Amino acid sequence: MSTESAEKMTNGSSHRASVFLHNHVRVRLALLLSAPLFWLVLVYIAALVALLVTAFWTVDSFTGIVRTDWTLDNVITVLTGSLYQAVTLRTVGIALLVTVVDIVIALPIAFFMAKVASARLQRVLVIAVLMPLWASYLVKAYAWRSVLSHDGIFQWIVQPFGGNTPGYGLPGAIIALSYLWLPYVILPIYAGLERVPNSLLEASGDLGASTWRTLRLIVLPLLWPAIIAGSIFSFSLTLGDYITINIVGGANQMLGNLVFTNVGAANNLPLASAIALIPILIIFVYLTVVRRTGALNSL
Amino acid sequence: MNRSMTLRRSGVVIALAVATVASFTLTACGTSAGNPSSTGLKQATKLGKNEKTVSILAWPGYVEDGSNDPKVNWVKPFEDQTGCQVTSKVYGTSDEAFSLMKSSNYDVVAASGDLTLRLIASGQVAPVNTKLIPSYKNVYPFLKLKAWNSVDGQSYGIPHGYGANLLAYNTKDFATAPTSWDVVFDKSSANKGKVTAYDSPIYIADAAMYLMAHQPDLGIKNPYALDTKQLAAAVTLLKGQRANIGEYWSDYLKTTQSFETGDTVVGTTWQVIKNSMSAKTPVDVTVPSEGVTGWSDTWMIGAKSKSPNCAYAWLNYIASPKVNAQATEYFGEAPSNSEACKYVSAGDCEAYHAGDADYASKIWYWTTPIAKCLDGRTNVKCTDYSQWTTAWQEIKG
Amino acid sequence: MKLSKSSRVVLGVVTGVILAVIYLPLLVVLINSFSTSRSLTWPPPGLTLEWWGRAFQSEGALDAILTSVQVAVVATLVSLVLGTLISIALQRYKFFGRDAVSLLVILPIALPGIITGIALNNAFRTILGIQLSVYTVIIAHVTFCIVTVFNNVIARLRRMGTNLEEASADLGAGIWTTFRLVTFPQLRSALLAGGLLAFALSFDEIIVTTFTAGNGVTTLPIWILQNLFRPSQAPIVNVIAVVLVVISIVPIYLAQRLAGAETVPRARG
Repeated sequence: MSTESAEKMTNGSSHRASVFLHNHVRVRLALLLSAPLFWLVLVYIAALVALLVTAFWTVDSFTGIVRTDWTLDNVITVLTGSLYQAVTLRTVGIALLVTVVDIVIALPIAFFMAKVASARLQRVLVIAVLMPLWASYLVKAYAWRSVLSHDGIFQWIVQPFGGNTPGYGLPGAIIALSYLWLPYVILPIYAGLERVPNSLLEASGDLGASTWRTLRLIVLPLLWPAIIAGSIFSFSLTLGDYITINIVGGANQMLGNLVFTNVGAANNLPLASAIALIPILIIFVYLTVVRRTGALNSL
Repeated sequence: MNRSMTLRRSGVVIALAVATVASFTLTACGTSAGNPSSTGLKQATKLGKNEKTVSILAWPGYVEDGSNDPKVNWVKPFEDQTGCQVTSKVYGTSDEAFSLMKSSNYDVVAASGDLTLRLIASGQVAPVNTKLIPSYKNVYPFLKLKAWNSVDGQSYGIPHGYGANLLAYNTKDFATAPTSWDVVFDKSSANKGKVTAYDSPIYIADAAMYLMAHQPDLGIKNPYALDTKQLAAAVTLLKGQRANIGEYWSDYLKTTQSFETGDTVVGTTWQVIKNSMSAKTPVDVTVPSEGVTGWSDTWMIGAKSKSPNCAYAWLNYIASPKVNAQATEYFGEAPSNSEACKYVSAGDCEAYHAGDADYASKIWYWTTPIAKCLDGRTNVKCTDYSQWTTAWQEIKG
Repeated sequence: MKLSKSSRVVLGVVTGVILAVIYLPLLVVLINSFSTSRSLTWPPPGLTLEWWGRAFQSEGALDAILTSVQVAVVATLVSLVLGTLISIALQRYKFFGRDAVSLLVILPIALPGIITGIALNNAFRTILGIQLSVYTVIIAHVTFCIVTVFNNVIARLRRMGTNLEEASADLGAGIWTTFRLVTFPQLRSALLAGGLLAFALSFDEIIVTTFTAGNGVTTLPIWILQNLFRPSQAPIVNVIAVVLVVISIVPIYLAQRLAGAETVPRARG
């Protein structure tokens, strides 16, 4: 290669380094990994572990200063307290429902984008799906507050059919959260569908399979990892939310609120860390289950 | 692909173990295990030359530098007069302010009564020598050296403004003004799903104040001094209320909105929220017979302040009649300076009952509940703020 | 499988309805930015241009946008470098603990933001004893932005295969030359898509930011949060949101053009 030879002449030392790296796979790998791992392990994992350790400490109730006396009290409180059990159930329930709603909505629109729309329309649709991401999260949550109000647009639309707005409460929260995370679910499913070759669908049709059968037996199995990938976003983002529920969720609270109040209001970082163990545990179980599907490669 | 998915456990375990040891060693020396004492801090005895900057932590609307509304700016004149450049941060709740004070060293903080004692006890704020603050002499006497801004006769700050947690009601649903808080407690089911309450543990005091009048046998003398049994009674009352709550509020856009749309028809509010509702909103406010809780905010100085002189300069400036009038009027509360009413818009001081010592005395000002009963009882231990917080979470469920 | 005409139409209609629902709240935001109601009450009692005028004079909002852009640009650049390095390592090499590393990249986005937030806050303040600042925000944002770059780049690497790179090496090109002339051009659109999502993610992040921003660091979401507390400022927040959505068309459109039709931005990881 001429460029290479030119480089060889002008820059001998960089060439030697290049040869050295070419011959030493381990060194090459170490160079590639050191910076990102330094960042992720030293900043993120260390912080996370420190937080988990804090869960076993205690706090001076008045001054809010953490004492390093070891105790299982916080963890026991969280595991046995009826408040935490109720809120955990509510939160997981909301997160699952939001995930289901998002997938059900994402499937047809992603299918239309990937398999029906023309290339041009496809591009427009991707923009249309991505654009709402730029209107701030808070602004959108407050917009849903307007929509769900008892004389809001929702009421105005469903009233002729004898319906009523759900108002502020759990249904409102589920609607708003599904809305907020929808683009994050549509995109991986759309990308997944793009990867399903059209020829495969045609072959299935030629062999006499009905559309429904093709969808069920060919598309869905191929799409499964993409669906799971999308679900990780809607599920985990919902699991940690504490702002939307305040805006449209009525008087209800979620796990995020409990963590937030214990950090902010009660200044009880140890208890907050103990509560944080719940979503961490749930996410780990979730990731372990879904990693078998290969979904983690489709995020 | 699937083969590579198998988790190599040992790798993870080693990584976690390394991280654990590293972080544990670090954390152990980073977190203080000692017991802080608030008495170690000394008040300043004289002032020096102003530093270059001062950082201020305050409620929204307390430190306006024109960035929100070019016409509302009392920071610029201060910077011009003193040479102290102001940076400010606002907070939404007293609890948020507490954690912010602990995390960053602000020079000045505007604290409500449910925050002040916590700041003092944790050594976050320094005693304030009021002799160094000329504006202090005009502050209403009924706000000076109170339980929420002083300890054992030592002042910890300068009163700013005060106000009451009023009862707001929709005039379409209530033909006459309710005379009792029972509309949000014992009779709240009449407006199920349309009742609101302030989202903070300190709201437990509202229930306690109600019980003072309606269950005298509980023996509550001060809504911020509750023993275990009295707290339990308040919690029961609030759990009953919870069933009828539409939503709790802590930011006032939310509560203004829902009163305007009618999603909420009755509940606690502040005068400033009532003022910000559009004129034709059928909502009015009242002081029920049981009395009201309220706040009296205090400007305090951070214990670790690197700009104490600028901090004193700010305290003196913000408590001076004209600025005190400007700031409290913008926020919507009564000023603390007896000369301030000369500068506020006509009718405002009357609306907030400024200087009305009799009205002010009816307000149970937010005070941090502590184990040592604030009502002077020594035979029992009172419940402290952390117990109130736990109780509050359980009430919300 | 051949979709009948009617099922195509049904799909099209469903897509249209979904898009309508997606844009309904944005329409509310747009209308509220002209509303005379200071507290965004619906329906708007009247219309005014006051907020649009005031928004462009609001120093606080403009400063916050600038801060957010700075944070997002730096966080995106760092994530691009780190994300590319880690995807090359994971896709081109087999090594002990590879799966642990791939899980590690996903973790910051899979764990709820409030946990990342309090963990980093605790680590910065108590363990490291550093003051929160704009740099702590950037550090925090990078941890969860790496994954968007990683996802896009690793998918591209997987599809690319190693043939071209091997050919380049066989022809005597050094590692750096091969990366510059062979690998990078093929990665460009994936980097663009990943970078765009990283930028968007950082730009709108509120929860982690709340816990890692120092005194006086006001990113746009924090400014919005603070100002939504005050009814008199709420309509201005809506103006800003509308402007941002409209402006966002430009980078998304450019990214689409540059990336070509075959490239799909992969979800925020």
